[in-house]
Amino acid sequence: MTDTHKDYEGAKLGMWLFLFTEILLFGGLFVLFAVYMARHHEAFHMASRHLDVRMGAANTVVLITSSWLAALAVAALKRGQDARARGLTLGTIALAGVFLVIKYFEWSAKFRHGLYPGSEHLAAGPPGEAVYFAMYYAMTGLHGLHVTVGMGVLGFAWWLMRTGRCTRADFVFLENGALYWHLVDLIWIYLFPLFYLVG
Amino acid sequence: MNDASAAPGSFWAARGLASWLFTTDHKRIGLLYLWCVLGFFIVGVVLGLLIRLELIAPGPTIMGAQTYNAMFTLHGVIMIFLVVIPSIPASFGNIILPLHLGAEDVAFPRLNMFSWWLYALGAATALAALFTGDGPPDTGWTFYVPFSAVTSTNVSVAVAAVFILGFSSILTGLNFIVTIHRLRAPGLTWTRLSLFAWALYATAWIQLLATPILGITGLLIIAERVLDMGVFDPARGGDPILYQHLFWIYSHPAVYIMVLPAMGVISDIIPVFARKAIFGYKTIAFSSLAIAFAGSLVWAHHMFVSGMSDTAVMVFSLLTFVVAIPSAVKVFNWVSTLYKGSIHMEPPLVFALGFIFLFTMGGITGLVLGAAGTDMHTHDTYFVVGHFHYVIFGGTGMGLFAAMHYWLPKVHGRMYNKRVATWAALILIVGMNGLYFPMYVMGLAGMPRRYYDYLPQYTAMHEASTVGSWVVAAGLALMFANLWRGLRSGPRVGPNPWGAATLEWTLPSPPPAHNFPAEPVVDRGPYDFRGVRADD
Repeated sequence: MTDTHKDYEGAKLGMWLFLFTEILLFGGLFVLFAVYMARHHEAFHMASRHLDVRMGAANTVVLITSSWLAALAVAALKRGQDARARGLTLGTIALAGVFLVIKYFEWSAKFRHGLYPGSEHLAAGPPGEAVYFAMYYAMTGLHGLHVTVGMGVLGFAWWLMRTGRCTRADFVFLENGALYWHLVDLIWIYLFPLFYLVG
Repeated sequence: MNDASAAPGSFWAARGLASWLFTTDHKRIGLLYLWCVLGFFIVGVVLGLLIRLELIAPGPTIMGAQTYNAMFTLHGVIMIFLVVIPSIPASFGNIILPLHLGAEDVAFPRLNMFSWWLYALGAATALAALFTGDGPPDTGWTFYVPFSAVTSTNVSVAVAAVFILGFSSILTGLNFIVTIHRLRAPGLTWTRLSLFAWALYATAWIQLLATPILGITGLLIIAERVLDMGVFDPARGGDPILYQHLFWIYSHPAVYIMVLPAMGVISDIIPVFARKAIFGYKTIAFSSLAIAFAGSLVWAHHMFVSGMSDTAVMVFSLLTFVVAIPSAVKVFNWVSTLYKGSIHMEPPLVFALGFIFLFTMGGITGLVLGAAGTDMHTHDTYFVVGHFHYVIFGGTGMGLFAAMHYWLPKVHGRMYNKRVATWAALILIVGMNGLYFPMYVMGLAGMPRRYYDYLPQYTAMHEASTVGSWVVAAGLALMFANLWRGLRSGPRVGPNPWGAATLEWTLPSPPPAHNFPAEPVVDRGPYDFRGVRADD
């Protein structure tokens, strides 16, 4: 019945448990990727050459930088520098937007080349190539969805800071939001070499 | 909502629909779950009775083949995802766990409310799958590809419902883990935790770690259907067997989500009615964790005939036998608790004994299925159906009924008719054997599961099973009518009608909205009956 009860340790524990579930959600896809890559090694190798390594690398830098800003935002809020924390949070969200824009250009280039599930181009190629792109869209798509959710969570954290409900004394919402953001970043750090660098 | 129980200051006191739908009180959320679960249980039972009626004679009896396929799919989906998985943890877990811990509520009360809302949304989506699109799903509750990717029935909506329900289950598990870690009253050490709480703790970890795999598997099915992804399409380099792996990586641990909380209920009931401390407290607590751990490593025993390597079959068969050990540890400890106890044959104990008998019947036949050699013969036959229903209806179902008879006086402050309750339990135990034992015989004789029609030599066993289903229905009707009368107009009870030693029995029946007037300090174990007396 009590809503007033605050438990910092409990809130952090709950967030870490939630992050486990996210890792397992992606874990299912990583298992599929591992099996298919072992089975269609050549085709994966060839298919991965269709991806633009420069764009992928740029997105990696963008996302790691955004994660760094999120960490700085938490540190700033803990020191009581509210305005700085809010600015850094907005910076994180902006870089997340940049990530999605780059992703949009990447995906639309693939679509123009006929590299999407069910396309004639992929139907003509080896089966491994089709499943490579199926996994590519499933995993980067789910990751992109997480980027979008993360932007919402961090935006909500910004609003809580703005209205004085996430403060130096009670900063756990921003800290948990940043933890979520680091996970989104971490998953990309695995996706990038798996898809872009296997070729 | 229930004026008969509304005592001043009790958690029933607040009135109006909104006081229920937007409550953050764990007791009310638990009751919301319980009512929904029982409502869907009745729907699932009716579907099951119709399936049995169709099978009473060979050939078409009361429905066509497509309707029959939809019926057994719906029976499975409703019973698994809307009834059995949330049954004990979400209802009695919510009502009782904070009381067992001496806590005011769960760790995240608003998240708890959100979980129930997700459950309601998932249930509504599941119902939408029935009445929209091109007919209800006909895949069976396992949604195996490639059929689920190509059938024209409403699989996508049903899978979306499963995804939402899974999310609800994850959040409940997360809430319970944090609650047990953070909200134990002073003095309530890990070895003073009730075994029900231990069982919920083990269950919560499975909910948390296994359910996301179901989530991603469901999303992939939707992607196959809507976006034509081809992740499981062999023509495009995919592999349908991997679907089965992903599905069972969740769905085998899920049977432990279903049965562990029931085992926790039994572990709490038996010592109370034997007036004796539980035998082997630590081994029971540890065996819950062992089941949760080992149970996560056995999924491929559902796939012995799917074309895995012999090595994989051997490994998964061996691991399956390993899970039997902690399950047997529990059964032997319960029986040892009864040995030389002062046994009070009250209805909760009768249901608990029914659980032990029926669960053992199901558990032992599980080994027949877990052994790779015999599984070749019994795979996908009625033997599997019999095994599963003995464990889940005979086990979890009886565990839920035991919990209802044990805690109804606490929640409603009234007592049901104990003689009628005992009769209902006995009828159920007889009926379940009548319903499911013929399935073992048929399965060994080669009757395949899920078939709409059968050869004449199976007729006698199918008839026996259908008659058994009517006995079960009678037992359920008697039990529900008796409980309903009890909670409306049964005699009022005091705080501790059974003479139990866990913390909820120190509170008035029904408990107040704010659980404990002062935070309790615990200086004894949950099965230490010294000085504990039942109300006169």
